[in-house]
Amino acid sequence: MNPAVTDAAARVGRLQRARRARFAAVSAALGLVALGALLLSLTVGDIDVPLADVWAVLTGGGDPASRFVVHELRLPRALLALVVGACFGMSGAVFQSLLRNPLASPDVIGVSAGASAAAVLSSMAFGLSGLALSGGALAGALLAGTLIYLLAWRGGVSGGRFVLIGIGVGTGLISLRSYLMTRAEVTEAHNAFLWLTGSLNGRSWSQLWPLLGCAVLLVPLTLAASRGLAALQLGDEAAGGLGVRVERGRLALLACATGLVGVATAAAGPVGFVALVSAPIARRLLPGQGAALLPSALTGAALVGAADFAAQHALPATQLPVGVVTSVVGAPYLLWLLARANRVGRGG
Amino acid sequence: MNATAPARPAEDRDRAGAGRRRTRVTLTAGLLGLGVLLLAATALSLAVGSGDVPLRDVVQGVVDPDRSVRAQLVVQEVRVPRTLAGLLAGVALGLAGTVMQGVTRNPLADPGLLGINAGAAVTVVFAMSVLSLTEPEQYIWFGFLGACLAAALVYGVAGIGREGATPVKLALAGAAVSALLISVSDAMLLTDSHTYDQFRFWQVGALDGRGLDVLLQALPFVLVGSLLALGLGPRLNGLALGDDIARALGQRVAAARLTGGVSVVLLCGAATAVAGPIGFVGLAVPHAVRMITGPDHRWVLPYSALAAPALLLLADVLGRVVARPGEVQVGVVTAAVGCVPFILLVRSRGKAAL
Repeated sequence: MNPAVTDAAARVGRLQRARRARFAAVSAALGLVALGALLLSLTVGDIDVPLADVWAVLTGGGDPASRFVVHELRLPRALLALVVGACFGMSGAVFQSLLRNPLASPDVIGVSAGASAAAVLSSMAFGLSGLALSGGALAGALLAGTLIYLLAWRGGVSGGRFVLIGIGVGTGLISLRSYLMTRAEVTEAHNAFLWLTGSLNGRSWSQLWPLLGCAVLLVPLTLAASRGLAALQLGDEAAGGLGVRVERGRLALLACATGLVGVATAAAGPVGFVALVSAPIARRLLPGQGAALLPSALTGAALVGAADFAAQHALPATQLPVGVVTSVVGAPYLLWLLARANRVGRGG
Repeated sequence: MNATAPARPAEDRDRAGAGRRRTRVTLTAGLLGLGVLLLAATALSLAVGSGDVPLRDVVQGVVDPDRSVRAQLVVQEVRVPRTLAGLLAGVALGLAGTVMQGVTRNPLADPGLLGINAGAAVTVVFAMSVLSLTEPEQYIWFGFLGACLAAALVYGVAGIGREGATPVKLALAGAAVSALLISVSDAMLLTDSHTYDQFRFWQVGALDGRGLDVLLQALPFVLVGSLLALGLGPRLNGLALGDDIARALGQRVAAARLTGGVSVVLLCGAATAVAGPIGFVGLAVPHAVRMITGPDHRWVLPYSALAAPALLLLADVLGRVVARPGEVQVGVVTAAVGCVPFILLVRSRGKAAL
């Protein structure tokens, strides 16, 4: 064979190996951060439980006191933080790469607005709380997603039109929410505001199980649907030319991503900006590797896990809602990555 | 190619020239039409309100108010400042939105997404909560200051590095700064429900309760910002082609972006001072306008400058009459009323001009 060709093939092989190695290293590091956050929040608190006792509880033993603290109070909340973060991170990555715009996260294009408007409406107008409120939020997200898709449908959905319609729908829903908030009593409005920042305070197994069930279903579905994503990112014509069924692929991805936002919001409220910052962070850690869904999910999990630990322990005597802390942790990191990167791709 | 080929270019040129003239005539007529609409909106905003004021008193109240007649006093003290506030904030938001979308080449750019509203919110919350200021006249200039600081931060972060402030970096930096600042103001608000009570009314955006003195202070900022923005048309057209082509055409890309940034800060800062953080107008109006004018910024800018205040004033008038005797804040009405035509407009085009 021509030596130049073998040389090139060897170089491509090396590059691919380097790329795969980097993917594995970054994923492992993100996973470790998430695991570290989990272990920290299981051990540290008003009552410190040593790691050995935590291990004993997790394997089914341990004394009743630490069993109660770890198993009933801390474990569901810590797991919830990770799962919620992973859901937000992955759905943000899907929306941003599918719609080819780094600002097109579910917070911006109206899906989260649907969830929060429905939640505020159901708590203020119908007096719902707890799981019923969560159900309302999930229904709101799904309804908003469906409405945006149907309104954007004109013999097919173009990414640009979907984003703009989403903003239109989202704006209408947010104005409804703001109007309800100015009409409410101040304590009621303040409670709604607390929910709207996203909080994990007082979450237990009863909130975790439904979320976990949905996530176990939706995450593999999203990954399966994302096989055409790389082609869809090239634009509809190019993707169609490559043999991807554009409309079906897009619908599947949008449905999965909307579902992920919906269940995560139902469990924890619209935790601020996890969906927006996770994918850009993951993509800057793994340049040139496409949509990076799994690393984005891991970034989200690490971010919410760490942020919830900080939210519980940053201020003495106050438990901040996690949504306040996620942006304080995530935004400076993204800014630092941005400031450091001296070459950057165009588009998204 | 056929035998008549040599004659074609001249013919084409003539036809293109005629087409361009026709477009220019149509667009100028449209601009005049928008001007008339804006005048009508202004008149409505002066004439319609929660209390009935006879038309004669409205005119008298604007031109030469007799302060002993209550109706004329209302017009002079309430409706004239309110209408002026709508005009100022509208012009500022329309132009700022257009410039932002042009500079960042991102159709989603608006003061709400690029950190400016969040910056204003943080300083306003600070003024309410820490300094215990209660009157709008006292805290709105904190909003101006916060908007400027946030914009400077966004631009600074995005500008670091070899390529300077590229559109993607600007958009991401804006979103990140927004996230950071919103969580700071949220943390302050969550620990202080009294301030939250005040803040939720500022947050939706309103035109009432702004004294003439505040508006007069905001006027120079809007004027300078508008002049800068209106002069940017050709340079935004160049930027739209991409940095490299713009540079090849002899443009100084960084200078154009900086001028755009300065005008945006002046306009958004003043708009936030006058009306609070009104979203959607800055984002939607340029899109709606582009569907009429096409992508040429020399037309998009003046169209937006007229369409945005018309939308804002009409929404404000509607907010006064739908919930009599109460009122719905202009930010709420603008979004609620604006989103339906916006969605229809986006749908009516096969491909949105992105």
